[in-house]
Amino acid sequence: MSDEPVPPGAGTGTAEPRASSPTSTALLELGDIVRWFPVRAGSVEPGGRRQVRAVDGVSLEINPGETLGLVGESGCGKSTLARCAARLQELTSGTVRFSGDDISRLSAHRLRPYRRKIQMVFQDPIGSLNPRRRVGSIIAEPLIIHRIGDRSERRDRVRHLMEIVGLNPEHFNRFPGEFSGGQRQRIGIARALAVEPQLIICDEPVSALDVSIQAQIVNLLRDLQAQLSLTYLFIAHDISVVEHMSDRIAVMYLGKIVELGTTEQVMTRGRHPYSLALLSALPIADPEVEAKRRRVILRGDAPSPVDPPSGCRFRTRCPVVQERCAEEEPVLHACPGDPADHLVACHFPLGDDESLTSDGRVPK
Amino acid sequence: MTLLEVQNLSVAFHTADGIVTAVRNVSFDVAAGDTLGIVGESGSGKSVTCLTMLGLTRGAEVSGSVLFEGRELLSLRGEELRRVRGAEIAMVFQDPLSSLHPLYRIGWQMCEAMRAHQRISRSKARRRAIELLGLVGIPQPARCVDDYPHQLSGGMRQRAMIALALSLQPKLLVADEPTTALDVTVQAQILELLTRVQDEFDMALILISHDLGVVAGMADRVAVMYAGRIVETADRFALFAAPAHPYTKGLLQALPNRSLYGRERLRPIPGQPPSLIGLPSGCPFAPRCPVAFERCSTDEPQLVVVGEEAQRHVAACWQLSPDVTDLPVG
Amino acid sequence: MTIGATLPPEVADLDGGEPARGAAAVAGRSPWRLAWERLRHDRVAIASSVTIMLIALLAICAPLIAHLVGHGPNQQYPTLGLTPDGLPRPPSGTFLFGTDDLGRDLLVRVAYGAQISLLVGVVSTAIAVVLGVLVGLTAGYVGGPVDALLCRFVDVVLSFPVLLLAIALVSIVGPGLIITIVIIAFFSWASIARIVRGQTLSLREREFVEAARSLGASSARIMVRDILPNVAAQVIVYATLLIPSAIAFEATLSFLGLGVVPPTSEWGGMLAESVGYYQVAWWFITFPGVALLITTLAFNLLGDAVRDALDPRAHSLFRNK
Repeated sequence: MSDEPVPPGAGTGTAEPRASSPTSTALLELGDIVRWFPVRAGSVEPGGRRQVRAVDGVSLEINPGETLGLVGESGCGKSTLARCAARLQELTSGTVRFSGDDISRLSAHRLRPYRRKIQMVFQDPIGSLNPRRRVGSIIAEPLIIHRIGDRSERRDRVRHLMEIVGLNPEHFNRFPGEFSGGQRQRIGIARALAVEPQLIICDEPVSALDVSIQAQIVNLLRDLQAQLSLTYLFIAHDISVVEHMSDRIAVMYLGKIVELGTTEQVMTRGRHPYSLALLSALPIADPEVEAKRRRVILRGDAPSPVDPPSGCRFRTRCPVVQERCAEEEPVLHACPGDPADHLVACHFPLGDDESLTSDGRVPK
Repeated sequence: MTLLEVQNLSVAFHTADGIVTAVRNVSFDVAAGDTLGIVGESGSGKSVTCLTMLGLTRGAEVSGSVLFEGRELLSLRGEELRRVRGAEIAMVFQDPLSSLHPLYRIGWQMCEAMRAHQRISRSKARRRAIELLGLVGIPQPARCVDDYPHQLSGGMRQRAMIALALSLQPKLLVADEPTTALDVTVQAQILELLTRVQDEFDMALILISHDLGVVAGMADRVAVMYAGRIVETADRFALFAAPAHPYTKGLLQALPNRSLYGRERLRPIPGQPPSLIGLPSGCPFAPRCPVAFERCSTDEPQLVVVGEEAQRHVAACWQLSPDVTDLPVG
Repeated sequence: MTIGATLPPEVADLDGGEPARGAAAVAGRSPWRLAWERLRHDRVAIASSVTIMLIALLAICAPLIAHLVGHGPNQQYPTLGLTPDGLPRPPSGTFLFGTDDLGRDLLVRVAYGAQISLLVGVVSTAIAVVLGVLVGLTAGYVGGPVDALLCRFVDVVLSFPVLLLAIALVSIVGPGLIITIVIIAFFSWASIARIVRGQTLSLREREFVEAARSLGASSARIMVRDILPNVAAQVIVYATLLIPSAIAFEATLSFLGLGVVPPTSEWGGMLAESVGYYQVAWWFITFPGVALLITTLAFNLLGDAVRDALDPRAHSLFRNK
């Protein structure tokens, strides 16, 4: 074991096979993204050369007009991945391509034009808006930065944007504190739409909202996508919300994608034990169903991203773990008989005739 | 046998911006060993209700009655109240990082709780603490008893919190959004733990949550709160199969996880919850209600029985009153 | 990209984005406006503001007062103003505050002294604030070697023994109004820089700053438009509390003979002159002393009130959700 961890893709790891969609038409291509953070010396544990492997080799493609849902629990690295994709963070290694252009290492200045095309909607409706700026100014900000229109044109555009997200345009002079959570999220969406982006990365946009408001925002996002031909990367920890928004779903665990496929494939024919555990853990608002189902309860907690387990990262909690899982890291592949766009990273994925329980696999 | 009976509880706070009526005329009861789920969104008053029961709301104007085993809790003060808290009724909060003392070891906190209520030696208390930590599924409890809260993960902390609550074998456990801050797989673990612990200790449980799915799986009876009032109470099958109140119906329709897979368009409830300062007259849900009519904006509906008397399904809606003659608008 | 379709009603925000019913009375104001409202109703704030305004009035009207009583600030009245023994005269009809050891009208001198105190207090604070905010913002936002360098610089300034250095500087350059202002500003900016840097460091991690970066805003723009308004509140409080310490420091320098040059009247200097006479002339030490005390007290109380108005710790009567 060497002292200093080496990021994969530096020549030692095996490359992951790409999904089969033609790369030339993808809007966003993430090629083997790795993002590590050094553990700061002087924290509770002795520091040294250890790294937090937040994202450890992720490749994804998003096609124009579709919504790719990214689901995972805390610590899986989805937020970090979102920021790498939006180039708000530097990459430790890997590539980000937008419409074919490689934007992985561009300077802030050269990235500017891409900031018009890729926008983000953030999780916290309170935190993502400057509390001391008026709403109209917040929404107009991207227009000012990119020098779009003159004063009156900007004003008109701001009013227009407020209307299409369902806010009263007369309130452009108010402060964020005067709005409710759902309304603030609409303001954030209006701001993201201001420069007519092509891709919007939504980082947990509804997690902080009440259930009845969540549904409003989800519907709003879907309607806007249809009207404005937007492409979304939709990130959440709640798989049921992701399911409603997405065409395809990627499941992430401890810095890696463990399953990738269309929504229908992942939700009804999930192959990876973690995906199935995630689906099983989801509480269903139907007592009949709840009374009958047997949940898959995973053992223990997710390991620390500083020291991921050898081989398959999920093996410490997996109900169907075997010896091979500790030795060899599984690679994303399509199971025999499955369509080429349904990929799983597991040595022993579950078949159509099997179900998962807390103690292992059982025939259906 | 009714363990807890809350009648017409009202809680109001005087703030610089006005009087906040957090809870208005809330009544419910919990039988020994039963689970009551209280569901509501932000501002519904569900947390304040339970905090008030234990006298944990400072500076509030409280009226009504809370009878625990026949004793009036709201009139207890000082020593008497202290004796009830922890030993008879224990509480588990949402964020264990802020509700466990960060500067004391977990074992120490548990021992202190035990020694505050019983005559028990330090070593015996410690042994009991280790036993409880093992019971709640913490690996290596003998090690964990000397850990500080920040050394544990979220799920483990919540387990430790539950162990602390159990240390005096209370008759009633109040869990205020115990899994909201946790990942869904950890949530499944904690809910399973709560069920197991409830059976073993024969405790009643009040589970407060905004998540209808959690309540559907755990509760025997469910009370739905909106703007400080209970708008519907029923046993869980009746509530989900045949909700009577428009808010409950709307909430169920707005959920994305009603079924395991379906990409139909969600049906949200328009508008947002009202401010609790200066609530207007009439039903607080009226502005958002699809079947509201004139009377809804002027008179506040009272809880009426739905269906058979024995089912104990009640809801507060003018649509359900037998003397309704007005036609709904819109 | 055509944007024209209206949203279905259940998606559109009911009431078109109105704050929830009942909250209209609460909402509708900016954070600054709310702070102002709180300040307006704070009795301590009103009292101290009035006091400050009166002192300012005194300072502005000093020439007027001199004209009204007919005595200049530096005019000595050896016979009218001193007793036959050469001691100061007590307050009387001619000299409302009495006289000092040179027979000068104490009232007029106190009034002119107010000018110096307020001028030095406000100007040196203003300079310190501008400098401190610039340095703090830059160090906090830019980080890295720039931050390290500026921090070291701030540390050095804060470790100077203030009084000794002041004495040294004045003895080199000579006493005067300008050097006094410079010295005070020099020793005040560093603590402001530290506070602003701390605030900037935490604000930098907030999501709205991240959002601004995602929009393509330049660092300069973010510092000015996003971070500065959010540190302004703390800076205002600190500045309001800095003024009285500047005034007190200036008085100290003058007391030691290092401040403004005599015969310019100044409270600290007057206190120095009065020390020898405190047994026989209580008015000589009292009036300048009380004036100094009231001024610094008023600013301190105002600073506290401003802090409470800008950052009220609302009593947590019940936990959130």
